[in-house]
Amino acid sequence: MSVTNDDVLHVAQLARLAIDDARLPGLVAELNGILRHIDALQQATLPADLGERSVAGMPLRADDVPPVALQRTREAFAPSTRDGFFLVPRLATHGDAGASAEGDA
Amino acid sequence: MSVESLKAHTVEAAWAQYDAVDAGPTGLNAFLSVDREGSLAAARSMATSADTADLAGVPVAIKDNLTTLTLPTTCGSRMLEGYVSPYEATAVRKLRDAGAIVIGKTNMDEFAMGSSTENSAYGPTQNPVDRSRVPGGSSGGSAAAVAAGVVRLALGSETGGSVRQPAAFCGIVGVKPTYGRVSRFGLVAYASSLDHVGVFARNVHDAALGLEIIAGHDPYDATCAAYPVPALGASARLADGAQPLAGLVVGRPVEYFTDALDPRIRAHCDASLERLRALGAVVRDVSLPHTTLAIPVYYVLAPAEASSNLARYDGVRYGQRANADGLREMYERTRSGGFGAEVTRRILLGTYVLSAGYYDAYYRRAQTVRTLITQDFERVFASGVHVLFTPTAPTPAFRIGEVSDPYDMYLSDIYTVTANLAGIPAMSQPIGLVDGLPVGGQFMAARFDEATMFKAAAALEHAMGMEGGA
Amino acid sequence: MTATTPATGSAIDWELVIGLEVHCQLKTRSKIFCGCATSFGEAPNTNTCPVCLGLPGALPVLNAHAVELATRASLALGCTVHETSVFARKNYFYPDLPKGYQISQFDQPIATGGTIVVDDTVEPPRVIRVHRVHMEEDAGKSVHDRFRDATAIDLNRAGTPLIEIVSEPEIHSAADAVSYLRRLKQILEYTEVSDANMEEGSLRVDVNISIRPRGVQALGTKTEVKNLNSFSSAERAVEVEFARQRALLERGGRVEQQTLLYDEKRNEVRSARSKEGSHDYRYFPEPDLPPLRLTDAFVQEQRASLPELPAAKRDRFAAHYGLGAADIEQLSVNRTLADRFEVVAASSGEARRAANWMLGPVLAAVNASGGALLDHAVDPDRLGALIKLEAQGDISNTAARQIFTLMEHEPTEPLAIATRDGLLKVTDDSALVAWIDEVFAESPTEAARFMAGERKLQGVLVGQVMKKSKGSADPKKVNQLLAARAE
Repeated sequence: MSVTNDDVLHVAQLARLAIDDARLPGLVAELNGILRHIDALQQATLPADLGERSVAGMPLRADDVPPVALQRTREAFAPSTRDGFFLVPRLATHGDAGASAEGDA
Repeated sequence: MSVESLKAHTVEAAWAQYDAVDAGPTGLNAFLSVDREGSLAAARSMATSADTADLAGVPVAIKDNLTTLTLPTTCGSRMLEGYVSPYEATAVRKLRDAGAIVIGKTNMDEFAMGSSTENSAYGPTQNPVDRSRVPGGSSGGSAAAVAAGVVRLALGSETGGSVRQPAAFCGIVGVKPTYGRVSRFGLVAYASSLDHVGVFARNVHDAALGLEIIAGHDPYDATCAAYPVPALGASARLADGAQPLAGLVVGRPVEYFTDALDPRIRAHCDASLERLRALGAVVRDVSLPHTTLAIPVYYVLAPAEASSNLARYDGVRYGQRANADGLREMYERTRSGGFGAEVTRRILLGTYVLSAGYYDAYYRRAQTVRTLITQDFERVFASGVHVLFTPTAPTPAFRIGEVSDPYDMYLSDIYTVTANLAGIPAMSQPIGLVDGLPVGGQFMAARFDEATMFKAAAALEHAMGMEGGA
Repeated sequence: MTATTPATGSAIDWELVIGLEVHCQLKTRSKIFCGCATSFGEAPNTNTCPVCLGLPGALPVLNAHAVELATRASLALGCTVHETSVFARKNYFYPDLPKGYQISQFDQPIATGGTIVVDDTVEPPRVIRVHRVHMEEDAGKSVHDRFRDATAIDLNRAGTPLIEIVSEPEIHSAADAVSYLRRLKQILEYTEVSDANMEEGSLRVDVNISIRPRGVQALGTKTEVKNLNSFSSAERAVEVEFARQRALLERGGRVEQQTLLYDEKRNEVRSARSKEGSHDYRYFPEPDLPPLRLTDAFVQEQRASLPELPAAKRDRFAAHYGLGAADIEQLSVNRTLADRFEVVAASSGEARRAANWMLGPVLAAVNASGGALLDHAVDPDRLGALIKLEAQGDISNTAARQIFTLMEHEPTEPLAIATRDGLLKVTDDSALVAWIDEVFAESPTEAARFMAGERKLQGVLVGQVMKKSKGSADPKKVNQLLAARAE
């Protein structure tokens, strides 16, 4: 499989990376070079059944374990804060919205 | 445990050596940040308190992707320039608890993506053996710091060979433990299911001891095993007698000895296998049939995980932020400006293989093959083989700027990446020179059987008369 | 879909198809993957740590109690709890999503396949199937109205444990949707899994809505409506969106798959495209968390810890107390009320009266006081005694209500109050005759007309006697005496 300019621009958009026009052809060529090698996976014949794999379950944490303490204030490492909030550029779609927007949760 | 060789090297001696080899524009560029005042003060207070901890007063260097409270953690990236973590990595804390003194953070390929330390935003590190050559990577700074004698113990990290390959290139010992043996808490993630904290030292015993100190269960890492940690330092002690490896079965995986291997490296491996026989071991050819798929699998899984792990660098809560009017623009300018070429490439590749329509062909298939690679190892270890012996890297250290094609660079990890995929312990140690450049030999062992690996490695090291370092 | 466009009115019988996605905050002390408190209303970003800030190198570790609560909720919904479930990363960029991905469960959720009864007045009861229950972490909050020049990010909520409960798309009316939500909330409260409070955001509802001509199997294009603050706003939003889609299709238009926000004030929906770009979440298994394994013993232990569930309680109340469906519905709305009712029913020996008292005067008094039912001054023993007095005919209902009000302010037993205040029913003829005489003397005109045969005045006269007796006269006896006098 190989990628086109559009594929790379689409993926870059998903990854929030801006790609220079000048850089794009080289990037496409490099990615296709890598994908050509990765295509060995496509050629490989795989067994339908890998057999029983026992994978250990995950350890759990008690509800009352305290958090790892922050030994520096948030203001010390955050690029922009005010009144304890992290600040980001205003979201255009919320120019007049009063409500807090939910994420996907 | 004996730590004489580690304790013999003081913080003051470390700074003397640092000034001789690393400081200034003509230095190795092994360190990205150092704490001279703090480390000297710590050494003085430790000397007066007559601290008897295992590593009391021992200077150590830490790869710059392990978080530290006293020094920045940049991961060799512009993205985290000046970032000082508000908490410390478990492995670093364990070293400090044992009395070790962190003198500095070491250079690395950006976010551990690379095999030469040329991908650092802060310039390449030079190989102390030959300054025109790379020290390997991504933990090249830690390897160079040990090889150049600044420290005798350093932490690195591995995702596909980033401790073993630079150890081989620099002529020292590098260990990657079993996945889950050492906590990853505070190790800045590249590819979580493949990332390991590793150790560099001048000899097997010191590396084993370093690993013993940082190993063990950590409630802050759900992938860290609750297994007891054996006395690994002691396991690197030589058994008595002329045949200390009597009863040990060493596997020689035929897939690691193909025509792609530099014949001079092959010759050193053959010689090492001869020595192992002489030490009493039985050497047996074994097959790990899915080996050739390891690099393709790695370059699907590692970028996939990386694309997700590096999404957090968005300029919102920490790190660099580019100014922009809109959020979207802020994200894109921050990320495009903060990440270098290789990181960008891997994020794009990883995003692609996870994206709608490609997941099954790439990610799912790669996971299946990863399981097959793991089963190859399980089968061999179940057949009575105790350790495997192979070359660490297909070539000695190459020249800075010599390898430009990304995939050619990836092939530098061809012998190491399998152990990351299978999660088994592996290590590299010096087994000879080619044109004056060090060659590494690799031992691999079954999961959580570092002790057997160290026993074999220490015997070989002794037989070669290299306990004092290469 | 063939969209015939009738000139007037609607020739098509549209069927509404609703699927509900409910996010519910689990009642844990700490967050799902770190030890930060889940408490509400703290200063911004104070309940945060390396893990929930998504700092470089931090790793998630799953909270055991969140797993217990998710398991309990799943069992209470009749789901199959899976021995193995897997966390996955849902990748998208949003400033209140610290890691750039949400840890959620994707193709291997903790539980699947339950049911919620939406109507048990029919036989068999009508149920909506629960498709799945999965665990995930909440995002933080983006606050847009705090500063004029920037959006403010508060990550206190980031990492709060959630379960998402997804229904099958088989709800066909707004009323059933609300019934499903009420019953679900009730189950979550019964099991003490969540506060399940929509106003506070511990219960959040997204409604997926599509329509199709009745009889057609294929589902129409759905829209997702968010920003619902109450069950009634969910109900109105469904109606509004149903009408919008119907109008759209009947005009020959097409429903566009999108997320909509319900505007309560204007009673309308509007597009909510706050996340830019196309959606491709690139789910993959979370490498920082091995699979979650639940032993049979653990699941059984959680099952054993479940209280009697609402549906079982309703059945029992019907069978055991012979109450009507409406009363049962109200009494079983929460465990506290249901339990208190049962204690009062037992102490009074009068289930129906106990139900009337609980749903009438008791709830009214509790609401008026603003306190909690359990703290109400009239404890179940005294209330039972009061109801018993009323049931035996020792006091009238009017007197009982007076006594109840007095009992709210003094710890006295109801019989003592009745005796002290002369509220026991007076059945003694001589006392009753004396009161009747007094009434006749005070209202001679009415008395004369009554004696002259105007029988409809009897009620007025009884009322006056009752008033004179301060409610203590036995009205039956008064009626008999008046009737005898007029013979």
